[in-house]
Amino acid sequence: MARSPREPKGDGSLSVHEPEGNRPLSVPGATDSSGDAEPAGRARMNPAAGLRQGTVRWLWASLTSMRTALALLLLLGLAAIPGSVLPQRPTSPFGVADYLTANPTWGPWLDRLGFFDVFGSAWFAAIYLLLFVSLVGCIIPRIGVYARALRARPVPVPARLTRFTHLTGTVSRAPDEVLDAAAAHLGRARVRREADGISAERGHAREAGNLVFHLSLVVLLLGLAAGSLWSFRGTAIVVEGQAFSNTLTQFDEFSHGAAFTAAQLTPFTLALEQFDVQFETGPTQRGAARLFRAEVSLTVDGVTRQEPLEVNAPLFVGGTSVHLLGHGYAPVVTVRDGNGDVAFAGPVVFLPQDSNFTSNGVIKAPDGRPERLAFEGVFLPTATVDATDGIVSIFPDAWNPQLLLNAWAGPPKQETGTPENVYVLDPTGLTQLTRPDGDPLRAGLQPGTTFTLPDGRGSVSFDGLRRWTKLQVSGNPGGWVVLGSVLVAIAGLTVSLLGRPRRLFVAVAQAPRGTSVTVAGLDRVEGRPGLPEAVAALATACGLDAGVAEVDPAVTGSGVNESDPPVPERSEEKA
Amino acid sequence: MTASYSNLAMVTSAVLYLLSLVGYSAQLALARGPEPAATGSREEIAGRVGLAFAMVGAAVHVLAVVLRGVAAQRAPWGNMYEFVTSSLAAVAVVFLVLVLGVGWRWLGLPVTLLLSVGQGLAVTVFYVDVSPLMPALHSVWFVIHIAAAALSGAAFNVGGIAAGLYLLKARAEQRDGAGAALPGWAARLPSAAALDRINYRFHAFAFPLWTFTIAAGAIWAEFAWGRFWGWDPKETWSLVTWIIYAAYLHARATAGWKGRRAAVMALVGLAAFWFNFIGVNLLFSGLHSYSGI
Repeated sequence: MARSPREPKGDGSLSVHEPEGNRPLSVPGATDSSGDAEPAGRARMNPAAGLRQGTVRWLWASLTSMRTALALLLLLGLAAIPGSVLPQRPTSPFGVADYLTANPTWGPWLDRLGFFDVFGSAWFAAIYLLLFVSLVGCIIPRIGVYARALRARPVPVPARLTRFTHLTGTVSRAPDEVLDAAAAHLGRARVRREADGISAERGHAREAGNLVFHLSLVVLLLGLAAGSLWSFRGTAIVVEGQAFSNTLTQFDEFSHGAAFTAAQLTPFTLALEQFDVQFETGPTQRGAARLFRAEVSLTVDGVTRQEPLEVNAPLFVGGTSVHLLGHGYAPVVTVRDGNGDVAFAGPVVFLPQDSNFTSNGVIKAPDGRPERLAFEGVFLPTATVDATDGIVSIFPDAWNPQLLLNAWAGPPKQETGTPENVYVLDPTGLTQLTRPDGDPLRAGLQPGTTFTLPDGRGSVSFDGLRRWTKLQVSGNPGGWVVLGSVLVAIAGLTVSLLGRPRRLFVAVAQAPRGTSVTVAGLDRVEGRPGLPEAVAALATACGLDAGVAEVDPAVTGSGVNESDPPVPERSEEKA
Repeated sequence: MTASYSNLAMVTSAVLYLLSLVGYSAQLALARGPEPAATGSREEIAGRVGLAFAMVGAAVHVLAVVLRGVAAQRAPWGNMYEFVTSSLAAVAVVFLVLVLGVGWRWLGLPVTLLLSVGQGLAVTVFYVDVSPLMPALHSVWFVIHIAAAALSGAAFNVGGIAAGLYLLKARAEQRDGAGAALPGWAARLPSAAALDRINYRFHAFAFPLWTFTIAAGAIWAEFAWGRFWGWDPKETWSLVTWIIYAAYLHARATAGWKGRRAAVMALVGLAAFWFNFIGVNLLFSGLHSYSGI
């Protein structure tokens, strides 16, 4: 690449990878920088080595090179995009099914290639694992280099300081006094004093931040891996007045990592006393939820306490958290059979289908005699007759609740013990009840009303209404590792991007009237402000009148000061 | 009542930014020769008119955002309209600080272009009436997460402008090196090297803040939804944006990528940022679709 002198130089900002093609130049005038280490992470071809070893080294060098890391980063970003465009199985299985139905030709191919579970696919994992291997392959050697650089003596004072950002002048003090003053200003750490000058390294924290940031990413990955092994997540629907115990059998859905054991479930019982909901009644965002608040009583180790449970305020029990995820209506019904006995009584969970909480559900009374009974229907919290759609719900709150049911009856069924879906009616062995004209029988119920089935088959009463909440119980032992590593990563990143690694030099020489002093500074990475100020401060300490410090061209926007000599090539490892 | 004053002020600020843009465009059109414009020249007056309109516009804009917050009785960034107007107010304030404090007059045209297009879109397309928040947004993270997003967004935008101008100026300088004189507009810009430094500094500020934005969002998601990461479209695109900017920072240290290609990558990152912000809300449904639009 052709590089004009004005093009930005120097090594970047965030890399653990050694800049490529950026062969370190020595500081002009300086002897080869004694304390600096070999460039890291770069395997060199050894002609004597066998072909295989050479190939392995070449592969390793390629993998840990900056170009490869850059390509893998871009590839990772690219690979994540289909995960946002296509429906994903873990979050929307129905979306995937719809997509497959709509695209019968290439849908299955996308499926085979893992495009409906991008973030769990082998190729996505391959990209980020390669990226992390590349990162580790670079960072381990860099740690050693950094440790040596911390102990190394600063470079000798270069011969021609005027090539850098500098201030020069003559002071009346003796050379040694000037150097004493400069040494006092620079402090003790990483300063090299010679007879005719001082050389100091500043801003080592920048590389430390860089290393910490990249190491934190590795820890983050380990935390995520731990999470996928030991985490668990279950949901349960709990109706007002009912309780949930934290055992596996009580969950409606449960997923967990490979290393999960049931012993991780903290024993507790949670009873839902009451659930309050408020919806927007004003013209803007009418029907939008405004308040969800559950009052629960939580029993842990025999001690019961009242707790509110809200959307942003989960409950924490040991290492387990309880979140409020959703809600709906559970009409309380009583079903009487043909004998006049209560065949079923209690709340029945209806699942919301739209934002106005039109809800579907099934009432089963398998114990009804002489016939068992079942009902399938719709619950409408605010029912209104619409000219085109018939009866619909127009608001999510229960202002005019109505329960519309179809009825089924049939001979009693053998108890098989096979689990049944409580939300689906299996019509096997049942006959739908009809009106005399042959249309399906349809019962419309308001709270407090009863519908009597024809032919003495019994009745169904809509006694009242309760709400239910969907609770999530989850635990992730890796969560704290993830949080901690992210916070440390941000701190490291900030230090890495804003740190100002630079070298400061003072050179003194006997002059006819006093001492000639040159103070100079050299930024070791690009884009950092404050070099002229740092040089000026050091010059002031040396007794120079530093009111004429050069101004950083970037600050004024006046462009590079043409009188400024070109800054020499900067490199992380050597300069 | 307060809400309608806010609306009036918001529309007014959009118009003022447009007038400012006209002033800055005239300044650009009048720029001749490599020398800076003399005081009192038509070019210089056009620039001052642009700056005056931008200053009044920014004052009215900030007032509009504050009134919106007063009317809603919460931080004024509960939906897309509010988020756009709040972030752009941050851009406007940062812009004025840079122009008046540091003397970066060259930012005028691109920033007022951004402000007038953004405010124009906000008041015409994104507008929604004041309304309270849904329960999922009742959280201290609502202030932290979104304020960080707005600030880093503002810095990404200014950094992106510097990256774009760097590309233009670097090309002009290359031609200049080939013997042609710098055209007037290019002479008014800082050198390519300075623009490159500026673009780095804004990204160096914005990137850790954006990382924090994502982390704060993840913490909030853990509280609100019971998981810190769920590959919601907004989360996915935040990560894509983060990855592109991470690549940009690495590219700056890679031979063959530093300079021009890195600047292009910064612009790609900005495009991803905007897509995440507008496209994801409009195209995909996800947990972040709460704002009506």
